[in-house]
Amino acid sequence: MANILELQHIDKIYGTSIKTHVLHDVNLSFEEGSFNSIIGQSGSGKSTLLNILGTLDKPTNGKVVLNGKDVSTLKSKELASLRNETIGFIFQFHYLLPEFTAIQNILLPNRIKNAKVSKETMDRALELIDFVGLSAVKDNPANKMSGGQQQRTAIARALINNPRIILADEPTGNLDSDTAEQIYKLMRDINKKYNTTFIIITHDQQIAQKTDRIVEIKDGKILLDLRK
Amino acid sequence: MKLSFSIAKRFLTYSKGQTILIMLGIAIGISVQIFIGLLIQGLQDSLIQRTIGQSPHITIVSESKGASFQIEDALFTSLTKDDRLIHVGKTADGAVFALTANEDESALLRGFSDETATIYDLENSLLDGRMADTANEVILGKGLATNLNVDLNETITLQTILGDTVDVKVVGIFDLGVSAVNDSWIVSQSELTQELFNLGDAFTGIEMQVKDVFAADTIAASLEPSVDSDLKVVNWKAQNESLLSGLNGQSISTYMIQLFVLISVILGISSVLAITVLQKSRQIGILKAMGINDSQASLIFIFQGLILGILGGILGVGLGVGLLAMFTTFAKNPDGTALIPITYDATFIAFSGSVAVISALLASVIPARKSKKLSPIEVIRNG
Ligand SMILES: Nc1ncnc2c1ncn2[C@@H]1O[C@H](COP(=O)(O)OP(=O)(O)O)[C@@H](O)[C@H]1O
Ligand SMILES: [Mg+2]
Repeated sequence: MANILELQHIDKIYGTSIKTHVLHDVNLSFEEGSFNSIIGQSGSGKSTLLNILGTLDKPTNGKVVLNGKDVSTLKSKELASLRNETIGFIFQFHYLLPEFTAIQNILLPNRIKNAKVSKETMDRALELIDFVGLSAVKDNPANKMSGGQQQRTAIARALINNPRIILADEPTGNLDSDTAEQIYKLMRDINKKYNTTFIIITHDQQIAQKTDRIVEIKDGKILLDLRK
Repeated sequence: MKLSFSIAKRFLTYSKGQTILIMLGIAIGISVQIFIGLLIQGLQDSLIQRTIGQSPHITIVSESKGASFQIEDALFTSLTKDDRLIHVGKTADGAVFALTANEDESALLRGFSDETATIYDLENSLLDGRMADTANEVILGKGLATNLNVDLNETITLQTILGDTVDVKVVGIFDLGVSAVNDSWIVSQSELTQELFNLGDAFTGIEMQVKDVFAADTIAASLEPSVDSDLKVVNWKAQNESLLSGLNGQSISTYMIQLFVLISVILGISSVLAITVLQKSRQIGILKAMGINDSQASLIFIFQGLILGILGGILGVGLGVGLLAMFTTFAKNPDGTALIPITYDATFIAFSGSVAVISALLASVIPARKSKKLSPIEVIRNG
């Protein structure tokens, strides 16, 4: 299957005077529709890697190829719209906008893409909110929901533009294990239903075991790349 | 664009207390600006009205004081047709002694045409009696009437320095509000003066008012070439330099006050908006991660400034006009007229309102630029 996302010889050095070399010549590629996990100790460079994958951060050296396109050639405006249409983010902290309701938060990426929300999108939003089990609280302000509900809202938001890639950085790190289990099941269902590529950073060994591929990072290098 | 606007709106309604506070800040600034601006304008207008409202703004007289001259028809017609001028009247004046059986007073006999009387609003200044209809009737200033101890319909004698005399009937007494005038003027038809001083059909002056009182000097200068070289054109501004410099000083201090109010409005808005960028940096970071571009992010703050400016401006105009209305209702002369008559100058009010909008826009530029620099990872990394 085709690679949707590729890292070629990635180095990441933080700081100018005091330099922290976080990633060392990382080469990694992900196939479309695959369900991947990244594991590793705290401080090993997982989040740095994911942010570079998601074009939120720039590598010091190396190339990020998204959907066959070298992202370093894109202008910041083009990059923003590429990110909007192809990548959905789920973070450890849900990062909803408290000024908006659950359903409005879910629709935001779509409103960034199209000035007007179409009937189809509205239907899709309702379908997604039903899919993540939040129909009852869809009109609640974002900050008037439980942690699990907020994280599920964030997942629905990541899906609204039907992105081909979902990047998740410890999405269940703040949730109890039951809720964590539900969220993973949910992501798996989405992967099956929409053929969405998932790259998930996790601490949870049990959950990592259930993914198709485990990449382990240690001190900014790939220690292990296990495919099932 | 639409998204930025709706996010801006949402940010403002979410922190209502803060929004109302900034809006009030803008509104108070603008209302002070309108209140002071229009009040001082009203004050100056009424001062000028009181000073020159009932007197000629431009007079044409002989270079040699008090001498008479022939008024050419062509000149007078062109003056009456000049649409910068409102009332143009001929006068024939001369110094006389006013004599009664027991009293004598020196006086200025002024021979007016109907137009000249209009300049002085003489008919409405009559305390008693009526206007002088013929050349043997006169009206007196109230001070002069008291000093001469004459009543209506009594006869007095006017005597020139050369000793020529004429008997005239007092048919009215006027009050022009200036005691120097009330104590010395005798007003009649110009034929009386022409007869008494043997002027023939010559006059001693042409008096006129202009529509735009502050243009009196330039209008006077433009009339200069069309009058004979032995005549001079005098305007009120040249004769009231100290009043004008006083008004000018007042205007400058008003501008200073307005400028400082403006600066404080801008500083207030920009500091609050700068804080909102900090408050909303998390949201902006998330929106950027979701693919909002830098200019859309900046627009959110520009729109916040615009909304605050427009609402604050409208509120400020309402507040300022309300304050003025209250002021004119409560600050009254004993006779019930407004102490300072206010003209609600629509241009000035609109200008002040747009000052609110423009300053809020200017103030939002800094936070808008700051938001451009905000990167999503910073937010994500720091939670
Ligand atoms: N902005 C930064 N400046 C300097 N060092 C950083 C910065 N961000 C991360 N690091 C460092 O890079 C290393 C990897 O961090 P991170 O990618 O967050 O690891 P992980 O997600 O695996 O815990 C850590 O040692 C961290 O201190
Ligand atoms: Mg991390």
